[in-house]
Amino acid sequence: MVYQVNEKNFEQEVLAAKELVVVDFNAEWCGPCRMLGPVIEQLAEENQDVKFVSVNVDNSGELAQQFGIQSIPCVVFLKKGEEKTRNVGFAPKSVLENMIKELK
Amino acid sequence: MKYDIVVIGAGIAGLTAAIYGKRAGKNVLVLESRTYGGQIVNTPSIENYPAAMGISGFEFATKIYEQAITLGAEIKFENVMSITDGKIKTVHTNQNDYQSPVVIIATGSKNRQLGLPNEEKLLGKGISYCATCDGAFFKNKVVAVIGGGNTAVEDALYLAGVAQKVYVIHRRNQFSAESVMVEQLQKQPNVEFIFDAQVTELIGEQKLSAININTNNQARIINIDGLFVAVGRVPENEKFANVVTLDQHGYIIAGENCETSAPGIFTAGDCRTKEIRQLVTAAGDGAVAANHAIQYLNQLNQD
Ligand SMILES: Cc1cc2nc3c(=O)[nH]c(=O)nc-3n(C[C@H](O)[C@H](O)[C@H](O)COP(=O)(O)OP(=O)(O)OC[C@H]3O[C@@H](n4cnc5c(N)ncnc54)[C@H](O)[C@@H]3O)c2cc1C
Repeated sequence: MVYQVNEKNFEQEVLAAKELVVVDFNAEWCGPCRMLGPVIEQLAEENQDVKFVSVNVDNSGELAQQFGIQSIPCVVFLKKGEEKTRNVGFAPKSVLENMIKELK
Repeated sequence: MKYDIVVIGAGIAGLTAAIYGKRAGKNVLVLESRTYGGQIVNTPSIENYPAAMGISGFEFATKIYEQAITLGAEIKFENVMSITDGKIKTVHTNQNDYQSPVVIIATGSKNRQLGLPNEEKLLGKGISYCATCDGAFFKNKVVAVIGGGNTAVEDALYLAGVAQKVYVIHRRNQFSAESVMVEQLQKQPNVEFIFDAQVTELIGEQKLSAININTNNQARIINIDGLFVAVGRVPENEKFANVVTLDQHGYIIAGENCETSAPGIFTAGDCRTKEIRQLVTAAGDGAVAANHAIQYLNQLNQD
């Protein structure tokens, strides 16, 4: 499951989470974001111990700004509220899988 | 792992080649280092592809991708590093080696960089090569566009509607873009043109804060939040220079039959020497390259 989050529940769903959180910043109009969507869904399916959330940058501009997002798709990996690493642009499943493995 | 045909690049040319290869009953692998669909995926609307007017690049790419998959083409997301030539060729990726008698190179082109220090570091931190992708993050900010062709002028027009101010910096004093678009751009109140200028420095540590430009032998610092680089595209065929002949710009030399200097290696799309680099010609090349590849395979099987 990939949860949709916004400014209201970000603190609780992402920053306060104990497990690794993968935040997918995306938008409707962004082609590569829509290509990445199914990859994120699959990873969420296969990594039940990791939390996957999605942020629509058009609806949650403040969050995008807070994270200094200037290009999407952008996937940010957080642990205990702290950013560990990020990937800008489309990445094949294997690349994201490795990033998750290293951080889990 | 063995295949009949290995295609390098899942852009429109490569995917079309895969479709034709599969329909001829061949075993086809497509290798792609980034996203399927290639350079068109960020374009909001395609206006000149026959029978698909107004389709988005994403939709267009996804349809071709799904068509290739449905027909049974295998697609792997791996970066091709080199080819070893021979009767059976070996394609080396960052993860595996694949063998096949035929290879089709369809690697397209990538954005030309300015070639300045800091450019890679500041990518996505103020530097972008795609206004329609990243422009929205510069609402009410100050940006600059570098270039003078259609893409630069289109980008500047788009950004003029989003940003507070847009500098258009060009190394000549005239645009090579279509005049209708240039006139439209000149009407924008928040666009400032700087001609005969070259960017010499990208300033910023965590993110871009300014650029240094040289105009008429004078240095000038301009504070900006974003820089959109639109100075053309270049092929990325250096890794194949030891097996196929490239022209002085790095394009693979091939005629309309898509045959390279190496028997059994074909090429399709923007990466080869040609006059018109468009979707419809990329698709055309894909079909031609695949058909020549199939003839070559059938000939091999008879020998
Ligand atoms: C902004 C923009 C707008 C455009 N608008 C139009 C339009 O409206 N109409 C039109 O007809 N044309 C348009 N074009 C041109 C059109 O997109 C191209 O001519 C066409 O997409 C070329 O297709 P291709 O398959 O040859 O190359 P590409 O689309 O460049 O695909 C090549 C693929 O190969 C991959 N690749 C490269 N090297 C390797 C490697 N070593 N290993 C694995 N994979 C690799 C790349 O990642 C890429 O996915 C536009 C281009 C741009 C940039």
